[in-house]
Formats: sequence, structure tokens, C-alpha cells
Amino acid sequence: MARTSNTAKVELRGVKKRFGAKVVLDGIDLKIEPGKSLVVIGGSGTGKSVMIKCVLGILRPNAGEIFVDGTDVARLRGRERDAILKKFGMLFQGAALFDSLPVWENVAFGLIQGRGVKRSKARDIAIEKLAKVGLGPEVAKLWPSELSGGMQKRVGLARAIAADPEIIFFDEPTTGLDPIMADVINNLIVDTVKDVGATTLSITHDMVSARKIADRIAMLYRGKIIWEGPTSEIDTCGNPYVDQFIHGRADGPIKMEVRS
Amino acid sequence: MNVFAHIGRVILALMHEIGRLCVFGVDAVTAFVRPPIYWPLVLKQMMRIGFFSLPVVGLTAFFTGGVLALQIYTGASRYGAEAFVPLVVLVGITRELGPVIAGLMVAGRVAAAIAAELGTMRVTEQIDALTTLATNPIKYLVAPRLLAAVVSMPILVAIADSVGIFGGYVAATQSLGFTGSIYLKNTMDAVTFQDVSSGLIKATAFGFIIALMGCYHGFHSKGGAQGVGAATTSAVVSASILILAANYILTNLLF
Repeated sequence: MARTSNTAKVELRGVKKRFGAKVVLDGIDLKIEPGKSLVVIGGSGTGKSVMIKCVLGILRPNAGEIFVDGTDVARLRGRERDAILKKFGMLFQGAALFDSLPVWENVAFGLIQGRGVKRSKARDIAIEKLAKVGLGPEVAKLWPSELSGGMQKRVGLARAIAADPEIIFFDEPTTGLDPIMADVINNLIVDTVKDVGATTLSITHDMVSARKIADRIAMLYRGKIIWEGPTSEIDTCGNPYVDQFIHGRADGPIKMEVRS
Repeated sequence: MNVFAHIGRVILALMHEIGRLCVFGVDAVTAFVRPPIYWPLVLKQMMRIGFFSLPVVGLTAFFTGGVLALQIYTGASRYGAEAFVPLVVLVGITRELGPVIAGLMVAGRVAAAIAAELGTMRVTEQIDALTTLATNPIKYLVAPRLLAAVVSMPILVAIADSVGIFGGYVAATQSLGFTGSIYLKNTMDAVTFQDVSSGLIKATAFGFIIALMGCYHGFHSKGGAQGVGAATTSAVVSASILILAANYILTNLLF
């Protein structure tokens, strides 16, 4: 098992992923320091989700290394991979709640199935985590289909933090929410992350959200990271691609590709 | 347009699909020897796959048995061989029609349901969510369905056999003028262990095919609603074809 001596919590080195002839990730290098929040911005279809899925091990990169706590996880299998997965929590774009289970079992799922916590104890933890995202115990008994989009996202967030993960991934946390609910979710992300002291990697195209939750921002374009720096420097970075993206202009170096 | 290139592409795609299916099947089967095994889910799936298929399987078996008795009578009476009706109904139902009709009905009902459920879970990222919650989706979703189908199908077919023979009995006594007690005695005298066991062995294989096809197509469905629809269709079609093919192969092997 390859190891590195650096201190990064998560590090990607030269990660490449292609589907057939289509190159999605073309050599990604990224580093996230412990306890920091990195937000990767980029247009739709630039491979942001693919990148996260490579780190999670859902997709296998064609080339490159992915280190988590100095361990190369890109080619781990079986028990060693399960051990790494226990460090992760993730909030999915559509919340991805299990519609066959009530809310509390969704939140407690990783505890009960993944870690063997007793159901009654897991239920207490679930209700406590729901309270952290501003949902009362009466929500615990409801089914995911009975919740609004914003509430589903909150439950998804509660599920992501339920097992006190060291690293949390956020996939488009504010997409599809009204601006107020988006801000509520942003605040919850900032608060809950501080609470558990987790390292986070988020992907979004919502700049308001990115500015709010990021310590550092990286921009992904055509399978490469074209800019990376502290959130405060993004407005003065002088990169025309970043500039076009954060101001949402149709004209600029980035052309909308009709066909991918 | 190069014909050979086209044929090559089709064959490569087919090989790719077969390879992926084999890896999936081996993953699913070996999940039973690597804990954890989710026993409550196995029971829940047995209810859904086995118990709730009882009405549809029972009804089809009843009418099939009845029709079989009527048709056999039509043929046999030309040679004065009406007395063979109970025997032919018995052999036809236990060896052939019981497992095949139950298999096809369950394929339509269960393979479709599994493919639609897992397909929706795939496109709404619920399967990826399982992975992030340190739960292996193959063990959590596929293995319980596979085990439940393999256990449920022989039980379902055993019931279908009984109901089918009863259907033959009803048709024979109500429409054909057989005496009930004689019909039953002829059936009981004719039944062999091989008749029933070969049907149940087939049923086990069919159960495996149904659950594997449902899970495989659901698991690998793409896109949105359309992808789930395509996965459901593929699951039912491939399960039905494989059941009939396996039936032919098993009949060759078992007799």
C-alpha cells in the first residue's frame, strides 16, 4: 500500500477517468488540508460528480492516485475499502434517501447496517442528529416521500453526519432549493461541519453557496483544475475562465458545448 | 460500411455484457459466504417474491391443469385411452407446466418489480448512497433477493403442482364425467418422486434466473424514467427467454 508523508487529509494526484473514448477527468491534482473545506466549481457536465465518485471508490480511475490520510485508496478492495468508507459521509444532490425506510432509519442506516449499533440506540442518535439540522422528533417517523425538497436535503445532511465522519462530501447541496432554504442549508453545512470538525469536499455551480462554505475554491474545466486558491482571492484571480464563471456570463472563453 | 466491423462490434458488446453478468452473478453468490447476511431482508423478500405471487401462480396453475385435462381427453378419446388423463395431467403439470408457468408468471411479476425498484434506486443515487454508508449494495440489495427467489420458487411450484392437478381433477369430474375417487386414485398411483423432484429442481434454477435478471438489469440501468423502463423490459424478456432455454437444457439433463 503506497503512503505519502504529507499531511493532506485527501489528495488527488493525476487522476484520470474516461468513459469509452470520452475523457472526463484529465489529470486532476487536488489537496484538502484536515478540517478545511474545499469547494470545486464548474459547469454542468464537467466531471465534478465523477471526481467525487472516484474518491468514494464508486468509480475506479483509469490512472492516478487518491490518498486519504496518506493511504492510496484508488485500488483498495474488500475490507480495507470498507474501513476507508467508514470515514466518509455524503450528501447527494437529490438527497438519495431510501424511500423504503422511514426518516429515522435513513439517518441511522450507516450506524445500524455499517457499524452494528443497536436499533434503539441508533434511533436516539438519529433524533439527536435530526435536531442538529433543525428537524423535530415528529419528523423521524415520516417517510421520505412526505417531505419537501428542503427537508429531504436536511435529512440527507443528518444522515451524512450521523456516524461522525472525518470527511464529508456535498454534491450540489443547494441545487433545486429556493434562495432562503439554500441559505439555511449553507448555514447548516458550515455549523455541522464545525461541530464535527470534518474535512469537506463540495461540488457546486452555485457561487453564493461556494463563497459561504468554502475555505478554498478550485475550478474544474475540461477535466482539469484550471484555478485553485483561497475563497477571498477568487474575485481578483485574473483567470478569465473563473471570472466568466463566477459572474455567470454567456460570453467569454468558456463556450457552451451543445454536444459532449 | 464494413460488415465485419459491425459484426465484430456486436460480438464484443455481447461478450462485454456476458462478462459483466458473470462478474455480477459471482459477486452476488459469494455474498452468501461473506458476512454480513441480512436475514430480515431475506424474509421480507420471501414474502414479496413468494407469498404475494401465490394468487397469480395458483390461478394460472388451476386453469392450466383444467385445460390440460380437457385437451388430453380430446386426444386420448380418439384411441379409447381416456383412462390416461390423470397420468398425463400429473406428468405434464409436475414435470413441465408447473415450473414453467410459475416461472414465467413470477418472471413477469417479480423480475419486473425488482428491476424497477433497483433501477429507480440506481438513478436516484440510492445505490451509491448505500456505498457511502459503508454498506455493500450487492450484499444488501442483491443477495437477499437472490436467496429469497431460490428458496421461494420450489415452494411456489410445489403449490402450483397441487393446484394444477386439482384444476385437472375439477375439469375431469365436472366436464368429462370422471369419478372423483377414481381420478384421485389413478393420480396417486401414477406419481413418482422423479416427476415432482425434477420440477422442483427446475423451479430452483428459474428462481435464480428471475432474481439475477431483475437485479442485474435494475442495478445497471441508466438515465431516468426511460432507463428504468428499459431495464424492466430487459429483465422480464431476458428472464423469460433464459427460463425457457434453461428448461430445455434441464429437461435434457434430468431425464
